[in-house]
Amino acid sequence: MDIFAQQILNGLVLGSVYALVALGYTMVYGILGLINFAHGEVVMIGAMIALAVVSILLSAFPEMHPLLTILLAGVSAILVCMALAFLIERLAYRPLRNAPRLAPLITAIGISILLQNIAMIIWGRKYKTVPQIFPTETFELFGASITSVQIFIITISAVLMTGLLVIVHFTKLGRAMRATSESQRVAGLMGINVNKIISVTFMMGAGLAAVAGILIAGNYSVVHYSMGFMLGLKAFTAAVLGGIGNLGGAVLGGLLLGLIESIGAGYIGDLTGGFLGSHYQDVFAFVVLIVVLVFRPTGIMGERVSERA
Amino acid sequence: MSFLETHALGVRYGGIRAVRGVDISVEEGETVALIGANGAGKSSMLNAIAGVLPHTGRVSFDNEDLTNRPVFDRVRLGISMVPEGRGVFGRLTVEENLLMGAYLGNSQKDQDLDLKQMYDFFPRLKERRRQTGGTLSGGEQQMLAIGRALMSRPKLLLLDEPSMGLAPIMVEKIFEVIRGVSKTGVTILLVEQNARLALQSSQRAYVMESGELSITGESNELLYSPKIRSSYLGEGD
Ligand SMILES: Nc1ncnc2c1ncn2[C@@H]1O[C@H](COP(=O)(O)OP(=O)(O)OP(=O)(O)O)[C@@H](O)[C@H]1O
Ligand SMILES: [Mg+2]
Repeated sequence: MDIFAQQILNGLVLGSVYALVALGYTMVYGILGLINFAHGEVVMIGAMIALAVVSILLSAFPEMHPLLTILLAGVSAILVCMALAFLIERLAYRPLRNAPRLAPLITAIGISILLQNIAMIIWGRKYKTVPQIFPTETFELFGASITSVQIFIITISAVLMTGLLVIVHFTKLGRAMRATSESQRVAGLMGINVNKIISVTFMMGAGLAAVAGILIAGNYSVVHYSMGFMLGLKAFTAAVLGGIGNLGGAVLGGLLLGLIESIGAGYIGDLTGGFLGSHYQDVFAFVVLIVVLVFRPTGIMGERVSERA
Repeated sequence: MSFLETHALGVRYGGIRAVRGVDISVEEGETVALIGANGAGKSSMLNAIAGVLPHTGRVSFDNEDLTNRPVFDRVRLGISMVPEGRGVFGRLTVEENLLMGAYLGNSQKDQDLDLKQMYDFFPRLKERRRQTGGTLSGGEQQMLAIGRALMSRPKLLLLDEPSMGLAPIMVEKIFEVIRGVSKTGVTILLVEQNARLALQSSQRAYVMESGELSITGESNELLYSPKIRSSYLGEGD
């Protein structure tokens, strides 16, 4: 087995999930200038809801086709996460729309903690294992092995990201979203219901987050009420790396971060003479974040962030 | 009741009272100018009528009370504004900017028709339809902003300083367009620093001073009023 090819492959899988989550951060930032730190928890809620639905379906209808099970669990998770994001925006952020920037930021952190605690009360403190719905198959690709779950992750992510980019760049809704992110005042003058566009933006990001949560749960086979925290931070890092506010940047940043982490984790042992092991994987995201913030705060594809941040 | 009416319209920014109980009325099909010095409150008036600024007092339009209506509702009722500084979406293409104007609107067929008409009006915009708004010159942006406002087929067009920052030849061109729009029956409320041009292009005018109306009258009479000539047309005595 080719180790390097394997790291690249793992990195792409991880990176696709980061990218899905990073898109939610970047869309909300693009339209409101707000870093929605509760976004990672939406991912976690998505995973939890999907797992709950899967468990119910498996015990109630053991004969159900696995694809249908996944589909129902996915749709439920997406709907719940969209509703949740709608409520968060409506109840927590909207009243602070004209408040100093620190207020919504602190609120976001508060919501994040609140959601973690609610999840802990509902689903407990223990790691929950995800039942295997599909028999996992393994294939050979360029000397690396890839599982059916990984193929599923990459395919779904690619389809969703393409879909989002098409919506934002080629539909009337997307045009309204871009106009609103440039100027809410002028967007209003076009007859756009700006509040509605902002709600839709939050909900689209949450839909992607729900899917990301399911993919992560499928990949690692465990979920935990705190899983959204680190994932959220990493996706935020990916968004900053790509240039926050820029959709293409979020995709690029996500994939890059996945690759950096995966390749880094593969070689950190050799590089430090065995002093640090691959469980230091999480360090890379934060090194990247610091390096980007110091040397290129606008990220790879970003523009004019400094004046808004 | 007039087509557009404000009653005791007030706008304040914190402690600053920018508009202090202003009553104006505009009849259907008229072009009315609103002139006044810097900071007189003209933009605040227009923004309040368009609904982008909270205000006190009442605004009615086409027999509807607009007072508590959000801005997008006012657009739906037929009010369209070209804001001060044009408000072109710099990252959207010229064509996307124009299509934004038709956001609430009309069938695809009407929209295509209107787009074609705008390109006939402003051939420059057609040449640049795939460029982003931010790459246009000031005059082109003003054309784009006016074209975009017309894409909603407004009944009332609010124009905030369309000549601002433009070369004289461009100003000519823009005002030609404004007079053309007026001929098609669109009611226009025009805010303008260039008082002469504003009076020449309108039937009636209101003069604002420190948030209140000072003088009102027929535009061609105001053009010869000594007070207006000395204060706003830059002519001594
Ligand atoms: N966003 C704001 N915050 C605080 N004060 C404002 C704001 N906008 C306008 N003002 C003040 O309100 C008053 C009226 O401003 P407004 O822009 O309506 O005047 P104007 O007649 O359009 O002036 P100009 O010819 O410069 O465009 C001015 O004193 C201005 O300083
Ligand atoms: Mg003004």
